[in-house]
Amino acid sequence: MKLLKTGRWITAVGLVLLAGVYVRALAFTPVERTQGMAQKIFYLHLPAAIWAEGAMILVGVASIFFLFLKDPRLDRFAEASAEVGLVFCTLVLTTGPIWGKPIWGTWWTWDARLTLTLLLFLMYVGYLLLRGAVTDPGLKARYAAVLGICGMCLVPFVHLSVVMFRTLHPQPIVIKPSAPSLPGEMLETLAFSFLVFTVLWVGFVIQRYGLSLVREQAEPHA
Amino acid sequence: MLRHAWLLARKDLLVEFRSRTAILSAVVFTVLVLMVFNFGRDPTAVAAVDLAPSILWVTFTFAAMLALNRAFQLELENQALDGLLLAPVSRSSIYLGKLIANLVFVATVEAVGLPLFALFFNVRLLHVLGPLVAVLALATVGFVAVGTLFSAMTARTRFAELLLPVLLLPFMIPPLIWAVLATAALLAGRPLSEATGWLRLLAAFDIVFVTLAFVLFPATVNE
Repeated sequence: MKLLKTGRWITAVGLVLLAGVYVRALAFTPVERTQGMAQKIFYLHLPAAIWAEGAMILVGVASIFFLFLKDPRLDRFAEASAEVGLVFCTLVLTTGPIWGKPIWGTWWTWDARLTLTLLLFLMYVGYLLLRGAVTDPGLKARYAAVLGICGMCLVPFVHLSVVMFRTLHPQPIVIKPSAPSLPGEMLETLAFSFLVFTVLWVGFVIQRYGLSLVREQAEPHA
Repeated sequence: MLRHAWLLARKDLLVEFRSRTAILSAVVFTVLVLMVFNFGRDPTAVAAVDLAPSILWVTFTFAAMLALNRAFQLELENQALDGLLLAPVSRSSIYLGKLIANLVFVATVEAVGLPLFALFFNVRLLHVLGPLVAVLALATVGFVAVGTLFSAMTARTRFAELLLPVLLLPFMIPPLIWAVLATAALLAGRPLSEATGWLRLLAAFDIVFVTLAFVLFPATVNE
């Protein structure tokens, strides 16, 4: 119960800070020259995308350690991270089309990056479905770990394809070998937003973690 | 280990050869899907060669799914899987055996499907047969390796037949995209060098996921 409360507090702080991101992005960050106001959604889209993918990596890492250590805490963390990853992935897949419509003229295109975000989304759904379909708790944790590790290993391939395909989606402008090619103020807003999304992610994960703890105590499997 | 794996694969293939139910349904299914595609396109608007790579791969993907679902379902009858796990063979050889049996099964379906595909869609294959077989082999190894691993898990869950495609398709789509692109380049008669990038990706995918499946398989069956 304590964890649930802590998670709620962190989430509340994150949500307040998120309002701060809106204010900063709309009022104190220069308007992009060609895209105008539509570009503002970028400050939600990219941080959510980073965490949607990062959560999958964390699921994979936790799964690897789980298979060695058999620590139920790692399994609970992986589940929580996957659930939150699914939420963030949904966020990316909704903000993306909203941004794409005015700029590209289409809600959706079968471009590599979009396809692969959808793939990530489906991977999360599959992961959570698998968890729901296994009744034995020990088996559930191991199966989920196997799938989580496979999912993590698919992410680099996804990235490789993104570089190989020529796409509508802009190439990475922040996380790339050379220095970020974003004007200073925009980069600051982005960094701030990323920080807020990190706080939100932590808050959500702690809540989900606490919830599964409570659930386990409520219905103990012999 | 190889000997055990081969024995296991032979057992599976023998069961299949004696009953011939799964292989026949998979082949008939392939023929039917090819027919559906033929009537599902407008032959005056879309040239066969433009659509051919995707038809080929959709057909084989679904046929492979039939095979993969069967692999471990077979062992559930009379607790055969427990017997298999009690036998003094390593877990990796069980996986390898299942993988070989599945590969032979899918390869058989593909061997029947490919000539039919060439016949029905009037695609000229002979001059690119070598590279095309390489693409087929690389992509098949990749998704059958992951599929065999997943089917070991889904066989013991509720809605097994439905869950396997849901879990496997995200892992099948990347190799499928590369295979389709490579096949398209080959069928259009473009130089082989245009397909090597995709072939390399397919090979990398195979290496990573076959290794991973070997390492992870024991976790799916150990008690």
